[in-house]
Amino acid sequence: MSVDMNMNILIVDDYKTMLRIIRNLLKQLGFNNVDEATDGSMALQKLRDKDYGLVISDWNMEPMTGIQLLREVRADSKLKNLPFIMITAESKTENVVAAKEAGVNNYIVKPFNAATLKTKLSSVLGNF
Amino acid sequence: MSKIGRSGDPGMPPELNARLCELQGKSRSPSREDVAEVVGEMLHSLEGDLSEINLKVYAELEGLAKYILSAKREIAALRPDDITSEHLPKATDELDAIVGSTEEATNGILQAMELLESLTDKMPAEVAEQVTNAVTQVYESCNFQDITGQRITKVVKTLKHIEERVEKLVAAFGDEIQRYRESQPREEPQKSSDERLLNGPQLPDDAGKQADIDALLASFD
Repeated sequence: MSVDMNMNILIVDDYKTMLRIIRNLLKQLGFNNVDEATDGSMALQKLRDKDYGLVISDWNMEPMTGIQLLREVRADSKLKNLPFIMITAESKTENVVAAKEAGVNNYIVKPFNAATLKTKLSSVLGNF
Repeated sequence: MSKIGRSGDPGMPPELNARLCELQGKSRSPSREDVAEVVGEMLHSLEGDLSEINLKVYAELEGLAKYILSAKREIAALRPDDITSEHLPKATDELDAIVGSTEEATNGILQAMELLESLTDKMPAEVAEQVTNAVTQVYESCNFQDITGQRITKVVKTLKHIEERVEKLVAAFGDEIQRYRESQPREEPQKSSDERLLNGPQLPDDAGKQADIDALLASFD
């Protein structure tokens, strides 16, 4: 199945520069419909208000962290199958295990490069 | 038997009795120095059939009291209140300024790269590809702002933790630190006139604007 390049993607990070970087890299890859949120609770509201094909979220945010957002998404009957990529500086094994147990589809460690982002997107969405 | 007893006991030496009455009359709790002083006086006033062991215990207690007094003076001399009122807030402000200035600089770099990227449509395909690759590398490198920002935030949290602990220490000392401050005015380190001018970079709120500096320069003309 081909990847819908017009899908809505929600990126979540409390650093505006990081949002800008991810948005620009996604644009380079051909994804132009990108929305932003600066913490989990704002993201959850957006996810409930609009249809998204993918969430790319940071972990360490306040008041709602990325892992809390992931758990909320997986617990929501309408959102539970939404692809979710964690993109974070939290690189300990216990973090990756916790994210996997919460239902993350893939995990990118910061700092990351464009090639890694493309590989992980392909892994979650299919080749594009 | 020893003559240790409540203040006002007829068998107590008059000087010690007077000292204890004075302490009892204070509205606030006696300071550790007062207590140590009275304990010392009591030890000196002891007489009667004291065993050798008791005397050794009293001597140890006296030594301990002196040690505590000495340690307290040394801690007071460190001016722990300065740490919470001056040094730590200043360090925190400086770190916040680093996060702010790196974020501002990163946004400037990203803005320039976005403009460059938007111009690739007007470039020959081969050149456009090279420019896009270079721009991508800059995007990747700008990851640093997020990482350094998070690291600095951790340091700020650690500083705040230290600040809380030192505040508790200062509170435990009561007004002793203030008394020490008044009795031992701090000697400012000697600096040459050139050294006194080395205080930059100023925090954003304290920094002089170029326009102000130009106006100042112009005022010399």
